[in-house]
This record gives sequence, structure tokens and C-alpha cells, in this order.
Amino acid sequence: MGTRIMSYAEAVADALKIEMRRDPRVYIAGEDVGRFGGSFGVTGYGVFAEFGPERVRDTPISETAIVGHAVGAAAAGLRPAIEILFMDFLLIAMDELCNQAAKVHYLFGGQLKCPLVLRTAVGAGMGTAAHHSQSLEAMLCHTAGLITIAPATPYDVKGLLSSAIRDDNPVVFLEHKMLYAQKGEVPEGEYLIPIGRADIKREGSDVTLVCWSGMVRQCLAAAEDLEKEGISAEVLDLRTLIPLDKEAILESVAKTHRLAIVHEACLTGGFGGEIASIVADKGFDLLDAPIKRVAGPDTPVPFSPVLEAEFIVKADKIAAAVRELLG
Amino acid sequence: MPVRSLVSYSIDRVEVLDPQGVVDEALMPDLDPGEIMRLYEHMVLTRRFDERMFKLQRQGRLGTFARVAGQEGAQVGAAFALRPDDWLVPAFRETGALLWRGLSMTQILQYWSGDERGGAFPKELRTLPVAIPVGTHMLHAVGIAWAMKQAGEQVAVLTFFGEGATSEGDFSEAMNMASVFNVPVVFFCQNNQYAISVPYTKQTASPTVAQKALAYGMFGVQVDGNDVFAVYRVTKEALERARTGSEPTLIEAHTYRVTDHTTSDDARRYRTDEEVGLWRGRDPIERLARYLKTQGSLDEAGEAGILADADQKVAEAVAAFEAIPPPGPEEIFKHVFAEMPPQLVEQQAALMARLARRR
Ligand SMILES: Cc1ncc(C[n+]2csc(CCOP(=O)(O)OP(=O)(O)O)c2C)c(N)n1
Repeated sequence: MGTRIMSYAEAVADALKIEMRRDPRVYIAGEDVGRFGGSFGVTGYGVFAEFGPERVRDTPISETAIVGHAVGAAAAGLRPAIEILFMDFLLIAMDELCNQAAKVHYLFGGQLKCPLVLRTAVGAGMGTAAHHSQSLEAMLCHTAGLITIAPATPYDVKGLLSSAIRDDNPVVFLEHKMLYAQKGEVPEGEYLIPIGRADIKREGSDVTLVCWSGMVRQCLAAAEDLEKEGISAEVLDLRTLIPLDKEAILESVAKTHRLAIVHEACLTGGFGGEIASIVADKGFDLLDAPIKRVAGPDTPVPFSPVLEAEFIVKADKIAAAVRELLG
Repeated sequence: MPVRSLVSYSIDRVEVLDPQGVVDEALMPDLDPGEIMRLYEHMVLTRRFDERMFKLQRQGRLGTFARVAGQEGAQVGAAFALRPDDWLVPAFRETGALLWRGLSMTQILQYWSGDERGGAFPKELRTLPVAIPVGTHMLHAVGIAWAMKQAGEQVAVLTFFGEGATSEGDFSEAMNMASVFNVPVVFFCQNNQYAISVPYTKQTASPTVAQKALAYGMFGVQVDGNDVFAVYRVTKEALERARTGSEPTLIEAHTYRVTDHTTSDDARRYRTDEEVGLWRGRDPIERLARYLKTQGSLDEAGEAGILADADQKVAEAVAAFEAIPPPGPEEIFKHVFAEMPPQLVEQQAALMARLARRR
């Protein structure tokens, strides 16, 4: 299979096209996803051009209707790949997602399935303030029945989106908006990356940095800086949060004996706490130092560029935490 | 059993000032020449400020924002009907209405430059900050109206939103509750015919927004949104009904957004130059200018003077805005809670320590 350099946004579009060609039940619905091509340009990469307004549907501005109708459509045999422009607006449709989509299979004793994929843009860094910048993955991970995926590279985003669309569970697929333009080598044809499998993005022996989504880049940058000081950091990209690849985390900690968990979301109640508690429980004897969490402050994402820069976890903050662990 | 018709409906559209600048005297609202001139001046100021903001954005001195252009008649006309003790609950495109309420251009610039301190609208203006998630604020308007009613204040609440926002459940829920609670809210829809790229007909199958009122037992009316006299008249009546009878109203101002949705949009991707040109020809400010000229209250020199005056005010505001120093990083923790809990005190101390090391 040939490969091509493409952006994260193009890779998302590529997976959508492949899955829509493969399966006529797959369709897209969302705000401005049609002729306009999506506010982040994703469906503009040939998706609307190829499949037209019936399968790439503009909806009225109603997040509840986008998610709620998809629950019904999925239960009745379609495979909706819906888009909620910003994850912040997903909060409007939380009942449909967390009370309905997540529980349909359970409440109907497996008679009905809910194979929908909900793509949404997360994260700060674009100066879009408190209502367009949040990373709310912890809320999803706290809801039984939802699969949560947060890829960090063009290669991962394409392979995981294909898997998500073929999965029979409701999947929330988090795309970090600062990654859309990031380029990487991607196979041209179809391929699947299994859901629930972490990936070592950089091998190391002194400390494990567990991360996902936008933080993978920052961890890689921190690892590079640390190497100059003779510290070898392993960067473990979870890629999928639920189901969580516990084995990969414990294996890495068994090798490095030190763990820092890095996420962009606020510290308190973040998914890092879950990982820390698993390692404290199952890997206590592996650890040579306390577990560190490096995360955003417990504030809304600020509008001000000065404050937003302070909000986002950067390589220097990660490296400082690692030095403390080794110090 | 016969089939009987239970309900039939009709919706009025109100027009006072025609495109040639001629008014229907029978419908002309009670405005003295001084007030009309102030309306005109304020619409011009709104337009010039909007244009200057656009330039600042293109120069990288402001962030993304939603322009007013073409909608001055609707939003200034409606805001003009408010009393200072009424409330205004805006969406995100109501710069002209905010200015009329007494918010400074400097503060508006500060906000859109990406500085939350600009969101601290002086409380006494009874004007809420912009609402970014579409539609959520209409419910707040209902709550404010309820609180005012409880307090025995005979005031009204005016809330602005676009036709796109009527697709959110919040709209129906706010309308319903306002009617059931019988509270003094005026729902003012600026139907500018596009919600980003989605045209009116793909947003709703309802021939008018105004008729959506009927389902809630509320009065609904459409008005030519580029006709500032009609907008003022209809809004004033609705506010009066709200203040005295605690009755809600839905007003649909039929207008058009002649520019892009926001500064990060390109509207040529989804509509034609012909369509935009048609609406540019229905400009609300030019229409009012024609009226003033036929009345003999405006000539070219007067027009130029008003423009120059507006530009002067805008220039002063821009200069004041540019002199505002950015916030310090430690301000990130400010206003998160009414009083900072220990957890944030700790995080703030850690930040200060990190900053000290960086220096
Ligand atoms: C809950 C929510 N969904 C989507 C958006 C993205 N968005 C911002 S403005 C807009 C269109 C709004 O259209 P309308 O209500 O008609 O107001 P207009 O922009 O035309 O003034 C959309 C979809 C948002 N800000 N909030």
C-alpha cells in the first residue's frame, strides 16, 4: 500500500470516505458539514463532493437533534458519523449521549445497538476562549457504555476512525483542533488500528509519560529536552481512553519505575487520576517515586492569549515535573 | 361528527419607512426630530465602529468577531426602545445595541481582542455579556424577567438571537416558560437569513419565525428589519405590554447579514454576489438618510460631519484600548469562584513559584 503525506484533517476525511464507500449505511450529519465543508474543513476534503447532501447532511443548529436522531438512526440500522463542531457544545446533548446512546444496548438487553460515531473538536490554543476550548474527556470516561478515542497523529486518526465507524458501540472521537494541520505519513488505502491499544511514541528507560491527544506532541518535545540532560523518557500515547490499555501502562512503568500522566484538561477530576489510581493499585511495587500528574489548572480556558498560554501544559512544565521525579 | 377548524392564524408584517425614505404617517412612531437624529448618528457610529473593528482584526489586533453590518436598523432600533432600567440579554452580534446601552467601545474592543476583563460589563447597565453558545441566553432572559416580576419592578427584558438559534431546544423551552410564567420578555429574532452557511429554508420549514409564537400562546409579529422606524415601533409596543401586562412577545426582524458570518468565514462559498448586492441596496442607514434629507434635516455637510464625529470617537476608543496592558499570568485564577478555595490557592502559589523561576 502506498503512503502519502497528509494532514490530520485530511486523514479524518480519508477514513470517512473509505468507510462511506464501503458501507452505504454510513452517513454524516452536523452543522455546516455540507457544501461549506465543515468549520475545520474536514468534509471539505472531498467528502461532500463525493457523497453529496443526502449523505453529508447539514442540520439545523441543534446539538440535541444531531445526537438524538443518530441514536434512533443507529438503532434502526444506519451508522451515523455525526459531528459536533466543538466539544463544548456537546454538553447541550449530554442527555442524548450519556443517558441514551450509552445505555441503549444495556437497557434493551442487547436487542438494539447504537453504532454511532460522534466526532468533535477539543482543546485550547486557538484563542477561542471558555466555550470553544475545553477537553472534557473525563466526563465521557465516567459514563458506562461509551468508547472514547483521542488520537494524536494523522496515521492514528485515520486507522482509528475506520475502526470506530465499524464498531457496534457508541464512540466519541476527539480531534484536537491544534492537530488538524499537522502532517504525517499515512497509508493511502484502508487499514484499521485496534481500539483500546496504546502506542509507544518514543522509547525510554527513566520515566513514563502517559498522554493522549494534543499532549503527545508536548511530551515528545519534553522528552527531547530531557534527553539533553541525560534523562530517558518513554512517551506512551494511550490513543483510546475507554477501553483503557492498562497492560501497556503497567509494562512501561515496570521498565521505567516512574510515572507522570500528562493531560490538557483541568487537574481535578481529570482522567489522570484514574490512571494514577490503577498504577497505585496494580503497580505500587514497580514505582521508585510518587506518581505525578501534569495538567491544566482548575479554571475555565481563558480568552486572553497570555492566560491561555499559561493554561496549556507545555514541554517545560512536563520536564520540570520529571526532574522532580528524578531529583 | 363535523370537522371544525379550531385555530387559524395570520401573522402581520410591519413596515413604516419604505426604501425611498418615505414614511407611512399612520404608523410612524412617536419620535421627535432630535431622537431621530440620535438614532441616525448611532447607526452611523455602529457601522463605522464595525468597519474599524474589521480592519483591526485583519491587522491581527483583534480576534474573531461577528459583524453587525446591514443589521443596524434592527438592533439599534430595538435597543432604542429600551428604558435604562430594562434589561438587555444579547447574543454575540449586537455591538450596536451594546453601545447604545452605554457600554464603551474601548471595553468592546478589549473583549474581542481576547481579554476577559472586557466581559465585565458594568452591572448598572443591566446588560449581559455576549452569549457564545448559540441560544442558551434566551432562558436567562426568562429568569431575569421572573426575578423582576418577583421584585415588583415594572421593567422588561429584551433578548436578541438569530434565526439559527430558534432550532435549539432552548428557544422553544424559553418561549414556553415565558408564556406559562407570564413574564415580561421580548424575544427579538434578527432573521438575517443565514446561520453561518445554512440558509433560512434549511434551518426551519416554518414560513416565518414570528408564527412560532402562536404555538406558545404568545403574540408574534414580523417587521422589516432594515426599517428602523418599524422596528422601533413594534419593539416599543412589545416592551410596553411586557412592563404593564407582563406579557411576552416574539418579534422577527427580517434582515440580512451583508458581510461574512464572522471574520473567519468567507460567505462567497455559499451565496452569490447578486443576492448580497440586492440587500446592500436595502441598506437601513441609507434609507434613514433619505428620509432625513427629504425632511430637510440632513444635507451632505451634515452627513459628513456625523461621519467625522463617529470616526473621531472610534479613533479615541482604539487609542484607549491599545493602551490597556495585558493581564498578568496569575490572573488566570481570578473570578473562577466567588472566593478562592484552597485548591486554587495552592495552584496559584505553584504558578507564582514557576514564574519566579522563569524570571
Ligand atoms: C450551541 C452552539 N452550537 C453551534 C455554535 C456555532 N455557531 C456559532 S454562530 C452559529 C450560527 C448562528 O446563527 P444565528 O443564530 O442565525 O445567528 P447569526 O450568526 O446569523 O447572527 C453557529 C452554528 C455555537 N456557537 N453554539
